[in-house]
Amino acid sequence: MYLTGKSSDARSIFNKAMTVLAGSLVVVALIPLLAVLSYVLIKGVSRLNLDLLTKLPPPPMAPGGGIANAIVGTLIMVGLASLISVPIGVGSAIFLSEFSHPKTAQWIRFATNVLNGVPSIILGVFAYAAFVVTTKTFSAYAGAAALSILMLPTIIRTTDEALKIVPQEIRWAALGVGAAKYQTVLQIVVPAALPTIITGVTLAIARAAGETAPLIFTALFTQFWPNSLSQPTPSLAVLVFNFATVPFKNQQELAWAASLILVLLVLTTSIVSRFALRRKTY
Amino acid sequence: MTHYSPQMGTQTQNKVEDTALEAVKLHIHYGSFLAVKDVSLKIARNQITSFIGPSGCGKSTLLRCFNRLNDLIESFHIKGQVYHDNQDLYSRHVDPVLVRRRIGMVFQKPNPFPKSIYDNVAYGPRINGFKGNLDELVEQSLRQAALWDEVKDKLKQSGTALSGGQQQRLCIARTIAVQPEVILMDEPCAALDPISTLKVEELMNELKQQYTIVIVTHNMQQASRVSDKTAFFNVEATDKGKVGYLVEYDDTVNIFTNPRETYTRDYIAGRFG
Repeated sequence: MYLTGKSSDARSIFNKAMTVLAGSLVVVALIPLLAVLSYVLIKGVSRLNLDLLTKLPPPPMAPGGGIANAIVGTLIMVGLASLISVPIGVGSAIFLSEFSHPKTAQWIRFATNVLNGVPSIILGVFAYAAFVVTTKTFSAYAGAAALSILMLPTIIRTTDEALKIVPQEIRWAALGVGAAKYQTVLQIVVPAALPTIITGVTLAIARAAGETAPLIFTALFTQFWPNSLSQPTPSLAVLVFNFATVPFKNQQELAWAASLILVLLVLTTSIVSRFALRRKTY
Repeated sequence: MTHYSPQMGTQTQNKVEDTALEAVKLHIHYGSFLAVKDVSLKIARNQITSFIGPSGCGKSTLLRCFNRLNDLIESFHIKGQVYHDNQDLYSRHVDPVLVRRRIGMVFQKPNPFPKSIYDNVAYGPRINGFKGNLDELVEQSLRQAALWDEVKDKLKQSGTALSGGQQQRLCIARTIAVQPEVILMDEPCAALDPISTLKVEELMNELKQQYTIVIVTHNMQQASRVSDKTAFFNVEATDKGKVGYLVEYDDTVNIFTNPRETYTRDYIAGRFG
């Protein structure tokens, strides 16, 4: 029968070769991820104990200590940044997707993409000029402001996408039973898009938690507990940056442990956002 | 145009015709593009009127003019008038939101809200400030939509988890719950299997006691089964694109047995479309 081809002809061999090639490239692409995760785990796990989570960083040469202040500082600044950027970001995305003229929307989307492409160190320098120079002090406020600018485009873009996925028919249905535009958006469209919006917000938070550059210029660092939002505030990312490069073994170990905590934080938020996405409506 | 033949079995055949909706010399434009030209017709109260015709003849577009759903399209505008109970629906003082509360709509693709079955039905009354017993209204609406027995034990489940036919009946219940005067149906059975289609058709026959129904359908058998009157639309190519127009509007019986226009006869006979 002429339909029974041989598996050894040129086409089949080429097909198999390409499949194998693509498969091995995937493995190559996964190597950095696995390498980073396992290296951080190996280096950081030795200091993963209660002291790490409860004690302040030690002075040079002293043994022990922890990174508790940096964990608190990161949580404070990321939390504050979320309080600023989530309402603004979700609000703008709702305007963008539901209320704005398509031409206006196109420009705002473009602007959002540009903001998303601005390197984080530039945002840091900007926040330094705008908040630190004017208030004459490094502070958690300035750090949070820098992080919130960083989070904004991610939140706007993902929320915008989430709203666009909601089928047009649902909006018609709501308008068809006599809902006003704002009722349709707030009571039908946004709830339908909520799981996807939450995913976007968590991803933005995870990204902000790991950012170093904007914080070096704005929140700086301290060895002590953050006791005021208008004073220099420690963070995990800056702690890693500071401690990894000093010649003291104890500090280096703490830097690795802090890296591990940071990776775990980001990983957890990503997994949580995945969970939210699984319940998505559309 | 509107003489009744004796074989029509509707209760209105001996009454003076009462008009629920009326289009007068209606032209529908999208930007500079003319989509539907010069339609004048009267939709009788408590009857089922069907719009049939080939794709692109503007029957759905016309349907959406009756509850101002086309307003959502930026470039849409009309010439001519559309009346509901002698009120010009496109007068400057008319609020489209209020129009849609009185003229409900059921869509081609079942589109329940991603909410519970109960909330799907209760949403309209809630936003319209319904003051009575909401549980009762939900039950009554679901009963009218012939869905109550299938869902009474799972009102808290999501409306989107129902089958296609059930979803469409849920959408009908949702429309009824607002207690409109007119229900517009845009190919309500296009996405349903024959059994579900039959249920929806039986339902329409029940509903016309209380409501005026206008249905757009591609299914000519459906039009002949359910409707009292039928409007046949056709589309003609002009140098500016395709324009839909009303060919013939008469009692369904006449359209299907003794049409006046050759186009109608050919379409009914399946010679085009």
